[in-house]
Amino acid sequence: MTDANSRIADLVKSNDVVLFMKGTALFPQCGFSSRAVAILDRLGATYETVDVLQDPEIRNGIKEYSDWPTIPQLYVKGEFVGGSDIMMEMFESGELKQMLGAEA
Amino acid sequence: MPMAASEIERLIKASIPDAEVTIRDLAGDGDHYAARVVSGSFEGLNRIKQHQAVYAALGGRVGGELHALQLETAVPQSENSK
Repeated sequence: MTDANSRIADLVKSNDVVLFMKGTALFPQCGFSSRAVAILDRLGATYETVDVLQDPEIRNGIKEYSDWPTIPQLYVKGEFVGGSDIMMEMFESGELKQMLGAEA
Repeated sequence: MPMAASEIERLIKASIPDAEVTIRDLAGDGDHYAARVVSGSFEGLNRIKQHQAVYAALGGRVGGELHALQLETAVPQSENSK
């Protein structure tokens, strides 16, 4: 396991809800990350964010970790949930609320 | 370098032959697309696996050469589906 991989594994295991994104929740640096934050805020979720722009190792490593080419990426209880498109679908269907509600 | 919508569609169909592909150029700049891909091969796959199949078809271009691709995947509607 590479160093990036173990750092990512630590992050997703030590936070129930964690969003890897570009920028911060307050200042997202990309439209997709902004959309992901907006969805989580709308659901009143408690979540951690990791700004991949501040950490090139994580930025590259996260794509291999989940076999997913884009950012943002949401993890709940250590499981990869998806990017902003999947988050939006799951928000609209109520699945995301259920998934996050179960964390509270 | 921007990619033509027709090229995106061609690549997806090359690896998912039964795919119905609808592509919209969101910003008119050849760089921000939304794609909807419907294929029977998605049956039984969760959303992550469905999206991964499309990303695989695009051979590593998503996130690189193809900056922004909003993706929606679905299984064809049938009498049996919910």
